[in-house]
Amino acid sequence: MSAHGHAEGHGQASGGAAHGSFKGYLIGFVLSLILTAIPFWLVMTGAIDDKQVTAIVIMVFAAVQIVVHMVFFLHMNTASEGGWSMLALIFTLILVVIVLTGSLWVMYHLNANMMPGLHDMREMP
Amino acid sequence: MVSTATTAGTEPVFHLEEEHAHAEGGSTMLGFWLYLMSDCLIFAMLFAAYGVLGGNYAAGPAPKDLFDLNLVALNTAMLLFSSITYGFAMLTMDKGRVAATQGWLAVTGLFGLAFLSIELYEFAHLIHEGATPQRSAFLSSYFTLVGTHGLHVTFGIVWLVTLMVQVARFGLIEANRRRLMCLSMFWHFLDVIWIGVFTFVYLMGMLR
Repeated sequence: MSAHGHAEGHGQASGGAAHGSFKGYLIGFVLSLILTAIPFWLVMTGAIDDKQVTAIVIMVFAAVQIVVHMVFFLHMNTASEGGWSMLALIFTLILVVIVLTGSLWVMYHLNANMMPGLHDMREMP
Repeated sequence: MVSTATTAGTEPVFHLEEEHAHAEGGSTMLGFWLYLMSDCLIFAMLFAAYGVLGGNYAAGPAPKDLFDLNLVALNTAMLLFSSITYGFAMLTMDKGRVAATQGWLAVTGLFGLAFLSIELYEFAHLIHEGATPQRSAFLSSYFTLVGTHGLHVTFGIVWLVTLMVQVARFGLIEANRRRLMCLSMFWHFLDVIWIGVFTFVYLMGMLR
């Protein structure tokens, strides 16, 4: 216990808060269980007839669960490391969104427009 | 910081002051977090590749023919259990209880091993059925994405065992606490990536 909690003057949330608490881990665990079980149940039983709707619903569950993990397991908050870890996270998320949406968007249109037979070459000028 | 010392009749002389002392490892957590963010970008690329190529079956097997969601659910549970047990290891570490910390770390490692075993069983099963990485673009990107995650878990377990030896030899000293906190972030981060994997690869694959 002696070595704990000193020489950490770098804006780390003080004391045990940075490592979380038993209650925090338990809340995160129970929430994760629920947020995992529901999407699996939805897909395995086909509870929602429309596949598009099911896909959107399980994506929302995934997004919520990622936030739960970030908060309760990784102890993300705006104060840790003087805000720098949050800034790095936001920057990374922007890059991830650009990479994912950009790739899917561009490649989908490439696929859709480059299909043989879609454009008749004789109609080209 | 710069201080000036003016001696009579001469130009001012500038001395660079020694930077104030940083506690050892004071910036490790932020640095490790930045590493995790760059790792996150690697996975973003692999997810993007899977997103683009995931529908190219080359007349081969599709996710519906290959994946067993019961197995994936079991796998997900293993990783989730290992996350909570690592959390308990951190809590007992805060209380300075060496034996309890080691115990929880061992349990975490066993859950990690269970996860890996199930994943390798699944891979072996797929390859046995002829669904090898060479079969189609879908399978190439699938094995790359899920395999990279599995590789991370493998190295996480190697790291975990290393730290258990460290703690056994030197106890819960400041350096070991810092290392355990880094591994904690790494481990929970892998669980976050797995959320993406089971949602986008397995669950959405079954919906296609």
